[in-house]
Amino acid sequence: MNTILRTQDLKAFYVLDMHGTQKVVQAVNGVDLDIRENEVYGIAGESGCGKTTLLKALYGAIEPPLRLMGGSVLYRLPDGEVDVYSLSAEEKRRLRWEFISYVPQGAMSVFNPVLKLKETYRDFISSHVNVKTRDQALEIAKEHIVELGLPLEILEAYPHQLSGGMRQRVTIALATLLKPSVIIADEPTTALDVVVQRGVVQLLKAIQARLANTIILVTHDMGVQANLADRVGIMYAGKIVEESTTDKIFGQPGHPYTRYLIESLPRFGDKATRESVPGSPPSLANLPSGCPFHPRCPVAIDICTAEMPPFFAMASDHRVACWLAREGGSHAAGCSDTAGGRGAAGS
Amino acid sequence: MKAIRDLFRDYRFALSFLVLCALLILALVSMFAPDDPTLWGTAPRDLKPSRTYPLGTNSKGQDLFWQATFAVRNSLIISVIAGVVSRIIAVLIGMIAGYKGGMTDRVLMFFCDSLLVIPLFLIIVMLAMLVRDRMNLVNLGLLLAFFGWAWDARVIRSQILSLREREFTQTAVLSGTDTLRLVLKEYLPFATPLVFSTLINNMAWAIGMEITLAILGLVNMDIPTLGTMLQWAITYQAMLLGYWSWLLTPIVLAVLLFVALYWLSTSISEYLDPRTRVQRVGA
Amino acid sequence: MEKLIEIDRLTKVFTMGSIFSRVRITAVDNVSFYIKPAEIFALAGESGCGKSTTAKIILGFEEATSGVVIHKGKVGQGVSRKVWLTEGIQAIFQDPFKTFNPLRTVDSYFFETLDNYGLAKTKDAAIHLIDEKLAAVGLSYEEFAARYPSEFSGGQLQRISIARALLTNPDLLIADEPVSMVDASLRMSIVNLFKELKETLGVSVLYITHDLATAYYVSDRIAIMFRGNIVEMGPVERVLVDPKHPYTRLLRESIPEPDPQRRWEGAVKLSDADHEEYLKQGCRFAGRCPLVMDICRRVVPAEIWIDDVLVKCHKYTEEMGVPAPALVDAGQEEG
Repeated sequence: MNTILRTQDLKAFYVLDMHGTQKVVQAVNGVDLDIRENEVYGIAGESGCGKTTLLKALYGAIEPPLRLMGGSVLYRLPDGEVDVYSLSAEEKRRLRWEFISYVPQGAMSVFNPVLKLKETYRDFISSHVNVKTRDQALEIAKEHIVELGLPLEILEAYPHQLSGGMRQRVTIALATLLKPSVIIADEPTTALDVVVQRGVVQLLKAIQARLANTIILVTHDMGVQANLADRVGIMYAGKIVEESTTDKIFGQPGHPYTRYLIESLPRFGDKATRESVPGSPPSLANLPSGCPFHPRCPVAIDICTAEMPPFFAMASDHRVACWLAREGGSHAAGCSDTAGGRGAAGS
Repeated sequence: MKAIRDLFRDYRFALSFLVLCALLILALVSMFAPDDPTLWGTAPRDLKPSRTYPLGTNSKGQDLFWQATFAVRNSLIISVIAGVVSRIIAVLIGMIAGYKGGMTDRVLMFFCDSLLVIPLFLIIVMLAMLVRDRMNLVNLGLLLAFFGWAWDARVIRSQILSLREREFTQTAVLSGTDTLRLVLKEYLPFATPLVFSTLINNMAWAIGMEITLAILGLVNMDIPTLGTMLQWAITYQAMLLGYWSWLLTPIVLAVLLFVALYWLSTSISEYLDPRTRVQRVGA
Repeated sequence: MEKLIEIDRLTKVFTMGSIFSRVRITAVDNVSFYIKPAEIFALAGESGCGKSTTAKIILGFEEATSGVVIHKGKVGQGVSRKVWLTEGIQAIFQDPFKTFNPLRTVDSYFFETLDNYGLAKTKDAAIHLIDEKLAAVGLSYEEFAARYPSEFSGGQLQRISIARALLTNPDLLIADEPVSMVDASLRMSIVNLFKELKETLGVSVLYITHDLATAYYVSDRIAIMFRGNIVEMGPVERVLVDPKHPYTRLLRESIPEPDPQRRWEGAVKLSDADHEEYLKQGCRFAGRCPLVMDICRRVVPAEIWIDDVLVKCHKYTEEMGVPAPALVDAGQEEG
């Protein structure tokens, strides 16, 4: 399958200056991605791993205090590959919403509270598509809403009259109106109830199937990743530490962090004690040496404290950034063995 | 202290601090004045600035330089009294009304709102006319204080209302803290930047009000203040006669005072703002 | 003592709107349940179902419209409740960063609690007691002293919050969504802590959550709430593994399993406007229920006990051959 978006050693740091002291937050610390057409690529990571910054970088929204420190973000447009940071402001604006679409966290609040939804839709459409009349714009909106299985009446409503789940779905509908080739969704289901979450995920699936485009889905909820993503990249401390198909990530996780992540999730029918990852994620302003996971890793070895591991291939579509994967081995003395290895020095 | 050092990095604080220090020194210098500033004719009249009289003399026969030192001193006294007393009232009323709610809140806010809708300027003018003879610095300060608390009481009350809904209020209640200690310990730190910046704004307002009343002739015109100096300059036709120092002295001093106070208030309240404070804490 | 705390027909009605259009929302509708000593009881449901309001009423932060809270035999009414409540009952909240005043050090809350309740006479005794409680949650005094909330992670702060709650040796801990703001991989440590507290200290926990997976993992009994009503209640193995009420089934099925082999089948129907469901006559779930019958739209279902599980659904009335529930709506005949 063809690549539609790739990054090469992308680095984006926040440089903060507060009352004289400088603080550098290495939010995206060398990320290589290769995202294909017609797939759902999930980025799984917890708070403080840099995923929101990564999305901002992908979307071309790097602004002070965030700075692009290195690398590039390349989109494959119909007429060739383009680095999003080489575009002018106007070109970027056109690129967004037509080619790339971004659904931020808490997107339910993007609507103007004093306008009916149909006004927002009309404004949006008229600014991107050549329509002769406002009514034409409304027709396009209506068609799209119906296609997605949402009730037409919502266009007549004000944002506050709708439930949180409905607003989220309407936001997603707005984001996909122009049939973008890439949809970037940041935690689209986080604040939602379980049943509503299912509705939103199903909506995203339906959109992806219909448009055969790419969805980059960022969420820490592994259940949602399992249900929606085709491939998953696990992000930790500003880097992708493991990447593979969803089946392999859940079935044969290679990185110790991934294993912990998956084994710590409760499942029905099994009340046996589970352990969570010991310690806390590192501060991105103050990363440990070598592999950022080593302070919490039960199977860390000497080289882990000294050098950052590169990717090793466990299979053709499965790469892991861990020294223990170098031998091509499975570290069967896995994460559930908390007594072994270096032990976990929590902060 | 670390806080002062941090503040000095902000150019606004540094400059305003220096200017205010200079003005304070000027005010203190008034202690060394050779003559009573309310007396007329202690120096030759209508002299242009010279070596003996650096700012010249006015038509009342007073050395403008010593007048200026007293003017700064007195204006500062009025504004400090007005500002501090009105802060105390505003904080007390705002906090009690905000936390207690119910009838207490309604009664207090009734008084507060009455003061807000009354045309303050007219009332102050009227009262000033009534007590003109007994209008000294302290009385003027208190008069202005009485009218200056209403707005900020409301602002502080809103702050308290929103803090009351915050979860850490519940934590404090579960820790067994009683109401008074809760308000003082938990909320006051949030209210401090508000109180501080409104203090300084209030001081500036008081100075402005004093100048206005002076120009209308409603204060004791013999006591030198920035306002009275300006008023005398106008009365004696400073512009027509070309005695620039008569006008410029009070104006420049007043402008310096206002700008310094404003910058001081902005820089300190930015520093104390809980949001930036949280960033600095433990960073 | 069989029942540590009992909630009896608790009701809370909120009135919203202006003079011209008042809307009465019964956020908590005749809710009754009890919690045994050394038991973890989960109160689960989606947002807006009334579980947090119930917690606030128990803690005394809200007044109930009717119904009582009975703690160790004492019936709670009025403001004086707060006094005995805060000695026997403590709480932890959803957002650990909001639980503490960002401008105060965290340990100041601990010293204050000990001071207010007279639990420690000297500073050393206080530190000793604090250290004990911190150890119970897996932290030590050194890493905790004189620090501000912003210096800790969410998971650590939540544990500190639990330690603070333990200071007064409560017999009931009310945990309102304690892990929803904590990272998924760290949730287990908090939830395991509840298990430990139950086993070693005999503390009961009222675990309020919308996350059924952790509810299953940690609790003994569970009550599922929907729009102010308890629709199903019983031992967690029965309720979550073999749900009876259609809503419980829907919830159970909608939980995303972290297993790509078991993806969702079929689409789900969502409600468009939440508050409308509160105003329905009859069963509030009728609008979305896949097993809805005509009676559901007209009559509120009664509560039926099947073995040790309580269900509030018309389906079970019929199957069990129990006579149809008494009419709640005025002037209608049941055929």
